[in-house]
Amino acid sequence: MADTTLSLGKTNLDFFAQTLIELAENDRDILICTSDSRGSGRVTPFAEKFPQQIVEIGIAEQNLVGVSAGLSSMGKKVFTISPACFLTARSLEQIKNDVAYSDHPVKIIGISAGVSYGALGTTHHSLHDFAVMQAINNIDIVAPADNFETQKVIQAAINHPRPLYIRFGKKAMPHLHNVETYFEIGKAIQLTPNQDSYDVVFIAIGETVAPAFLASQDLVSEGLKCCVLSVHSLRPFDELAVRQAVEKSKVVITVEEHSINGGLGSRVASFLMQAGINRPFKIVGIPDEHTVTGSQGEIFKHYGISPQGLAKTATQLLEQR
Amino acid sequence: MISTSDHLISREKTALLEFKSIQYRKTILSLIYSAKAGHTGGSLSCVDILNVLYNQTMNITTKNFGDIDRDHYVHSKGHSVEALYAVLLDQGFYTIDELNTIEKYNSPFIGHPTRSIPGIEQNTGALGHGLSISVGMALAAKMDHRDNRVFTIMGDGELTEGSIWEASASAANYKLDNLVAIVDRNTLQISGRTENVMAMESLDEKFSAFGFAVRHVDGNNVGELAALFDTLPFEEEKPNLVLAHTIKGKGISFMEDNVGWHHRVPTDEEYALAIQELDLAEQKVENSNG
Repeated sequence: MADTTLSLGKTNLDFFAQTLIELAENDRDILICTSDSRGSGRVTPFAEKFPQQIVEIGIAEQNLVGVSAGLSSMGKKVFTISPACFLTARSLEQIKNDVAYSDHPVKIIGISAGVSYGALGTTHHSLHDFAVMQAINNIDIVAPADNFETQKVIQAAINHPRPLYIRFGKKAMPHLHNVETYFEIGKAIQLTPNQDSYDVVFIAIGETVAPAFLASQDLVSEGLKCCVLSVHSLRPFDELAVRQAVEKSKVVITVEEHSINGGLGSRVASFLMQAGINRPFKIVGIPDEHTVTGSQGEIFKHYGISPQGLAKTATQLLEQR
Repeated sequence: MISTSDHLISREKTALLEFKSIQYRKTILSLIYSAKAGHTGGSLSCVDILNVLYNQTMNITTKNFGDIDRDHYVHSKGHSVEALYAVLLDQGFYTIDELNTIEKYNSPFIGHPTRSIPGIEQNTGALGHGLSISVGMALAAKMDHRDNRVFTIMGDGELTEGSIWEASASAANYKLDNLVAIVDRNTLQISGRTENVMAMESLDEKFSAFGFAVRHVDGNNVGELAALFDTLPFEEEKPNLVLAHTIKGKGISFMEDNVGWHHRVPTDEEYALAIQELDLAEQKVENSNG
């Protein structure tokens, strides 16, 4: 094992809430709409500081999104916060019609996404949200990997002209980027040095970027050349960055905290296949089965979304070539 | 019915509105007949309400449509789009030639309201959405201390959507007396009588219990509608709910209160008969007003 360590930041959600407070100081049109989620959404300090800028809807996700669309249509900059599992299922029709189809630039914030709720079980997991959002026209999709990406996407979200879905987990995230890193919605970030060729390319999103990066460092210490892309945006999707990395690679691994169906892996596979770029390829995510019980970390480890698991997958793919 | 005698509009104005309703019904039938598709019964039941809203109650015009502080309208029962198309045509938002492309290949005039049509401000069509959107719009007006109002018409079959009741709770919670929710209470939906599909009465008691100020009106009587809307807001700090008692297919004898006309397209003969009835109604209005 390499001795690479990453310094730990805050939860992306805490960083989101803190960033929003900073932005709301100078913009009274910024609103938070929430469904009894101000605590779990870490926005209680925002509510205390700007009581006129938080709209409580109660546990009523359909109304939450419909009201948000109405507020947005009147010029408000609306951040709609609710657990991703409910927000992207219970109120999916409102997201599809009232936000995306109606072109109201609401910022839909799915909190405690993926398997963040761990042992609370499948009712509280959102392993479908990338899939359904990708199938709906006119909504951008972002899952930040660390505090830096979180801060940048929230700053960009304020005046983002299109509907936007952002998902966050609830664990403190390691710092992956320095403050000089260029961030733009729709532009992937390469975490590793640019090289002429790679043995392994990891394409990861959200909270799985860190384990992918750590896996790459293990492989580098064994003499392999690795590239890690933090995709962060599923729409717009950075096909160019994916193409440039994959064309120089021997094997490709996608990593996501989502069903292996319809998420990042499917998106990358679809693009590569249609672009005529073929490499040994593995989609690492949550397989099509009842999810094992455990904490987020235990679930990750069980399905190989860990530095060791991903390094092993890479080694196997290379051996099978 | 409550008394609205203190707010009567002039006989001339009433006659003008009645005349417009007949013209709108002709447009509705013409659109459905030529497109060979549309929601006949529900458009005919709600068109008198739209008539009064656009010609008497709301301050929405082609000139002020870009202003945020005008009144706003959301057509929650989006399937009855032909009624809205007819009224907005008369308001001058587009031409008859543009509207006549309805439901043809690549036309912007689809079978439900969209914002790509001038004069329409929210996309609707899936039921149970309009009230939530209207709550958001009315809440934004309150936040910004504007005195404009948000109107929406819902179908009575639509009221079984749970989201309507989520929205109702929030309308009262935020004391949205600038919100005017109107139920097109024609008592029919696609499968039959609303009460047989799902018993929802007493709607008055339900909406009252949720915190609305509820009023009843003959929803096909333009004079009564105008007089009632003139009393808005009904009560301070309460959202307004109008149970507009209407007749599905209103204005065409053989379509009235007949569930078969929910989205039936008239045959050549039926269309001719319907226009004949409307011509007679037109003469009657003209005669009674000299």
